[in-house]
This record gives sequence, C-alpha cells and structure tokens, in this order.
Amino acid sequence: MSNAVRPLIVGAGPAGIRAAQALVEAGLKPIVVDEAASGGGQIYRQRLAPDKRTPRDLYGSEASKATALHETFARIRDKIEYFPQTLVWNVRGTSADVAIDGRTRRLDFSHLILATGATDRIVPFHGWTIPGVFTLGGAQIALKSQGCAIGEQVVFLGSGPLLYLVAWQYVKAGARVAAVLDTAPFSAKLNLLRGLPSQPGVVLRGMRYVAELMARGIPVHFGVEPDRIEGEARVEGIVWRERGKERRLACDAVGYGFALRSETQLADLAGCRFVFDERDRAWRPERDMAGRTSVSGVYIAGDGAGIAGADAAELAGERASLALLEDAGYAVNRERVAVLERGLAGIQRFRDILEIAFPFPDKWAASVADDVLLCRCEEISVGQARAAMREQEVRELNRLKALTRVGMGRCQGRICACAAAEILADVHGQPLEAAGRLRAQPPIKPIPLGIAADGEAA
Amino acid sequence: MALLKRLARHELPPISFTLNGTVCTGRVGDTVLTAILTQADQLRLSDFSGSPRAGFCQMGACQDCWVMTSDGERIRACSTALEPGMNLRTFAEQRS
Repeated sequence: MSNAVRPLIVGAGPAGIRAAQALVEAGLKPIVVDEAASGGGQIYRQRLAPDKRTPRDLYGSEASKATALHETFARIRDKIEYFPQTLVWNVRGTSADVAIDGRTRRLDFSHLILATGATDRIVPFHGWTIPGVFTLGGAQIALKSQGCAIGEQVVFLGSGPLLYLVAWQYVKAGARVAAVLDTAPFSAKLNLLRGLPSQPGVVLRGMRYVAELMARGIPVHFGVEPDRIEGEARVEGIVWRERGKERRLACDAVGYGFALRSETQLADLAGCRFVFDERDRAWRPERDMAGRTSVSGVYIAGDGAGIAGADAAELAGERASLALLEDAGYAVNRERVAVLERGLAGIQRFRDILEIAFPFPDKWAASVADDVLLCRCEEISVGQARAAMREQEVRELNRLKALTRVGMGRCQGRICACAAAEILADVHGQPLEAAGRLRAQPPIKPIPLGIAADGEAA
Repeated sequence: MALLKRLARHELPPISFTLNGTVCTGRVGDTVLTAILTQADQLRLSDFSGSPRAGFCQMGACQDCWVMTSDGERIRACSTALEPGMNLRTFAEQRS
C-alpha cells in the first residue's frame, strides 16, 4: 500500500514538520518541499550559520517548542524526501512543478498537504516604501536570523500580538525602541482577560511584554491613527494622530503590520473551494476540522488555512496527516484525533478573543489619502484605484487588477490585495467578501526567466 | 550609511564581496540583504518612479529586495545567502 501513497507536504514550519512526522510514524516516506534552507518556518526560523545565541535568546518563551520541532525534523530527516530552498510554483492535478537550483522539475504525488503559512497583513500609508520600513515579521527575521535591528531608533506600529512580541524581543536583544504605537484603544486589550482561564500562559506573557516595555520607559501609545512616515532616502520620523492631536517622533526605522494573512495560492491552483472568513477578513480554502479541503486528497494545515498561530499549526499538521492516513486506508488512533481536535477548538475560541483585543484598523480604508501608494510593485496610488472603482464601476479585485495593475506586480498581490479589498468595500459600501480574491497564477512567485520551459524530467 | 544595525553574530568569520565596485565585508550566515544593508541604505530603485527601496517583508513574499549581480543575474536578497566574491549592484534598474 505504501508504494502507492506518496504524499507531498509543502512547507516545513510547525504544521509541515508535524505532518511529516505523523506520516513517517505510519511508515510512509513523504516528500517535503520548503523555500527556506532549513526547517522551522518563519516563527521558528533557523539561522544560516550557528552563532553564540541560545535558543532562549532567539525564541524566548517558545524556545522549548522551537527546539523540539527542530529536533523532530532532524530525526526524521533521512525518512523523508526533503527539498530545501525549493519553490513549489504550480500544482496541476497530482503533480507539482518545483524550482530547485535554477531548474524546474515535476514531483508527482498521491496526496498533498499544504502548510504554506502566512505573511504580515499590511495596509499602506504615506512613506511605507521608504528604506527602513519593514513588516513586523521582517523586523523579527532581521533580529532572529540575522542578529540585526532594523535601525538605531525603531518605532513599532500596528495591531496584533506580534507588535508587542517583536518590540520586547528588540529590547531584550539590546536595540533601542523609540515607541510602540498600537492602532487599537487600550480598552480593547481588556478583552484579553476573558482568555485568562483557557490560555493563561499566552495572556500573562503578553501582559508581561507590555509591562516590561513600559517599565523600561518605552512609550506605548494606544488608539493611534498613523498619518505618515517621513524621509526620502531613509526614515526620519513618524507622524500620527492620537485623540485628535497630531504627534511626531523622530526615528530611523519602522516595523509595522496588522496581524497576518494566509498564503493560499497553491490551494487555489489545486482547485480548492474557498470560503470567506469573517475573522480573518479574507477568503481562505474551505476545510473541515481535520484539514480536508474540497478536493479529494488535498489537505491544508497551519496559518495557510486561516490564521491560528504556531501551536495550532503543530496540532493541525498532525491532524491533517491522520486524516490523510485514514483516507488512504490506514488505521488511526481515535484518541489522538480527539486530543488534537479539542486542542484546535480551544485555540479557535481564544482566537476570537485575540481578534477583539487586536482589531484591524477598520477606519483606515475611508481615511487613507488618495496620494498614498497602494501597490508598491506597480506603484499605483489609492486615488488611481478609487477612480477606477468609481468611474468604471469596479467592484472586484481581479477586475481592479486588469484595469489598474493593482496586484499585477512581482508580489502578485501578497502585499496590496488585503488593502485593495478594504478600499473596494469602503468605496462601494459593499461587504468585504464581495471584493472576492485574486486568482492565483503560476508561477506563484517569480522564477528565473526560461526556467519554466526547461523540460519536465522528474 | 547603514540601514541595519548588527547586535549579534559579530564573532562569525568575515566574507568579502563587492558592492557597486567597492570591496566590502559581511559575515558567514548573512543574507545578501543583511550584507548590503549593514553597509548601505538601499537595495534598488523602484521600477517606475525610481524611488529607493530596501526590502520590506524579509521572507520572500514582497519581492521588493531584488538586486543585480555584475553579470546581470537578478537575485532576491532576503532569501539568498552571501557567498565569498559576490559582485552586487544596487544602482538604477529602471524597467525599459
């Protein structure tokens, strides 16, 4: 039986590694393809070369989880077919096109587990393309993987648990944090207390981050409406409004983001049906509690299936593999399935609380100025997009892309599509889901010219 | 001028590379993005307005950090490891 079962796992973060482990334990040899040089995903990303820092320095309170995950991946390394630094750029039926070492090849699979993760959710404002402005995730990678701060006087801005975590990690590493600017009011944070009974560790840790930042005299502002980042060749300052007043602070770097958005292009190419997720304010692949998508043999786990965080990703990766095994005729441990599903349900309930405590800035779309760049690849302004929406009756993202090039650039809408959908909803007074979602196009990321024509030899 | 500030990894061995014709030093384990932005404050100029860019997401999603090598190859700086002898350019790269 196992000869016919040849699962492909895309992504080697918490979900992908736990999925691979469960398949290996059942006696299968899954293929694991990952863009990074080593396993861990973004949250537990490993350094390119070891240095003096300990796991505790790198991953803080999550050090034991990171270490356990890395050790698991090392242990199953010779029981899987592993392709690091490899991009799955297309999925067609039961084969995937991958780019590896400047060549393309085809990998055939019997089952597919997508564990493609997420990136920062971004909305633009004046100055967001100036050198020195990075996403919160980018600022964190600079520190964890590269041992660098994004500047000498860093402002962190946005909404989401990552805002305080990254600020705290910077302070711990010896960087100077000029301020933390939270777009949500302080009162929103009080909702976190409702999560205390179910997730005390997470809630108390979050409170500790804020308390420690304040104890070190780092200004933390709530209810911030960002106006602009100043500078040309590099960041010189940031201007925001707070309780009606304009405030300015000198800084040389800004890290910002508004929670996360799922990477869903491969699920789209695999033909998965999508549903609108109110909490994530985004379309995501439809899936059951086990991670089965609408396409037989295609499973999805982790933040690529809707944002739920790293702990949920580990559970969901294993759960998806158990579903795959069951569907392929293997006996699975029902008790383990129940444990995983209970864990996932608990985290989902806590996610509802987190969303209230770290809300999306829903006034942004109505207030953002026309001359702000919406699409940083094709350099299309908010005003150009609004004009097309109003004058040409554009109500949907793919139409907006065709008419204005928003989402047509190298990032393929990863950075601008969320913001464009919010503006569509605002301009037309329509629900967010009516904006639809950008159709995925292979290759899902830029690959060297000519590579796509380079044979199909697998 | 440098955009990024090194806080750790000072102990790792140096790697020589060339940036816009000048010999520079990075560290083992650096990405190309880190190696350049600890010496300079931009990676490229944007395709249409020619405004300076220095990457954004650092995780291979935004595609904002592409730099040119001297032989015309385009590499994504955030996901490419620095190698000895790399010859990199961050000059104008306007789309023709």
